[in-house]
Amino acid sequence: MEEEAKKKKIWALVIIGFFALVSALTYAYSDYYVYLSAYLWFGLIYGMCLQYGRFCFASAFRDLFAVGVPRMVVGIMIATLFFAFVSSFVTATGFSTFHPSPSGIHSMIAGLIFGIGMVFAGGCASGSLYKTGEGNGVALLVILSISVTQSSFADLGGWLNKLVPASWHASATSKKLPAVINAGDGWLDQYLAGYVWNHDKVTFAKLLGLKNESIFGAFGGNLLVGVIIPALVMLIVVYFFWGRKGFVRERMKEKGAVSFSDHFTGFWRMISLSKRTSIAGLILGVACGLQMFVIEGLRIKYGVRNAGEILTRLGSDFGLSIQGTVFDPGYWYVTTQEAQWVGWVMHKLGWNNMDNIFFGYINGIPNPALNPADWMSLALIGGAAIMALLNNEFKFKKPTMELAIWAIAGGFFMGIGSRLGLGCNVGAFFVRVANGDIGGWLFGLGMIGGAFIGVKFFNWWTERKMAKELAGLEI
Amino acid sequence: MAVKFEKKEEGVYTLDCVGYVCPHPQIYTKKMLEKIKPGEILEVVFDNPSSSESISAMCASNGNEIIERVAEGGKYIYKIRRSE
Repeated sequence: MEEEAKKKKIWALVIIGFFALVSALTYAYSDYYVYLSAYLWFGLIYGMCLQYGRFCFASAFRDLFAVGVPRMVVGIMIATLFFAFVSSFVTATGFSTFHPSPSGIHSMIAGLIFGIGMVFAGGCASGSLYKTGEGNGVALLVILSISVTQSSFADLGGWLNKLVPASWHASATSKKLPAVINAGDGWLDQYLAGYVWNHDKVTFAKLLGLKNESIFGAFGGNLLVGVIIPALVMLIVVYFFWGRKGFVRERMKEKGAVSFSDHFTGFWRMISLSKRTSIAGLILGVACGLQMFVIEGLRIKYGVRNAGEILTRLGSDFGLSIQGTVFDPGYWYVTTQEAQWVGWVMHKLGWNNMDNIFFGYINGIPNPALNPADWMSLALIGGAAIMALLNNEFKFKKPTMELAIWAIAGGFFMGIGSRLGLGCNVGAFFVRVANGDIGGWLFGLGMIGGAFIGVKFFNWWTERKMAKELAGLEI
Repeated sequence: MAVKFEKKEEGVYTLDCVGYVCPHPQIYTKKMLEKIKPGEILEVVFDNPSSSESISAMCASNGNEIIERVAEGGKYIYKIRRSE
């Protein structure tokens, strides 16, 4: 057994060595690759943090509703608070890469669909990436399902056009997008250009009449009002309904009564109960904020606004959008690059999927080997693998038929939710909330509702299955 | 492959969730703990690392005691005594 653990540690070093070699060799070829390497190393940090803290957004509300465990809600709120603090600093200094997205009821509906999906799949978008790094075949299947669903959904028209309200169609065509994009054809195109883009981009700073880039706007509006207060309210609600139960029982045994001040101790105990999750949340939050700072710094250094210009300078202009851009968020993101690599494969197989807004007008379908966001996701998987190997937790697991069905169904719902919400649990929730975008909380509220529905279904399913399994067992 | 429930001996049950991912191990553990009698022991076998955190936190919250934890080569065996 010790021999096996030793081998795993060697594999961890091999993975680190591989990423270091990629960075060194590509840098030797052209220093523009530093831009891609920056994404890579932040991805590696994210993967290590996620695996170390068993950091999965799906488990936050699923475990709360299903088994009464607040561990992950606490972890996410810690990560969000630290990310928001660093983001506020980065925003106030003018180095932020974040742009708020249009918010509305669609954010909540998208979150609801995504939330159901993440419970079915057994992991959120980022959770599935890190679990793939642990050798989990089910998680890999979830990624495939999310990727294929998004990529197809981005370009589907035909009979789906009949489901588009006339007002969306009229509004989409009135935007005068380039003819090659054909914004009046395709469900997602008309949803984006005819509905989503008509909504305001609202941050808490803006709501208070402050500028995002000002100190008061970034720290007072987006951080204090947009993150600290709602996060505290959420943690207090979670403590009241779930966290205090165990604490109160213990205190009653010890002292026979629980005073109001005892609850401060109980609240702190809930926060510090899972040190791994809290530590991972802290590092993750700081790293997320720093990534924005580093990417913006590199953009200034190279005099570019988007990685599309870097790819062009590297001689790879295939798959750029009509605006010459590729997906280059400048911060942690998961689902768009998953859609892109499948989009690239489908394009190579003959599917013309560049005549839509998602690929053709905004994100492109660059070669995955040169896609900065793909470098981040692959390194995230690698980082999780390193951590799992070092802790002797790496294990290849083949999906069973039952788990494969859950994975594909969950990935499908997450794929649809991601495109409707303009991101997943990371891009549409975590990043947006931490940067004061109201739409992030709306997506989050939807995710909570979706997790609740998903858990109800899951409970029904497992009860049914257990009744069969336990039929002959005497308890 | 399916989740397996067995009576190992009087008052001791096993729940084998090997191969299962979140949330299966923690949900089945919770349901089995609700079914066995106070004082009885449930031995949970699983290989999904994140379930270890969730099961530990669930037991801490419900007062069930984890009397033994074994983690080896990506496989976990937790012996849990149901609280009164």
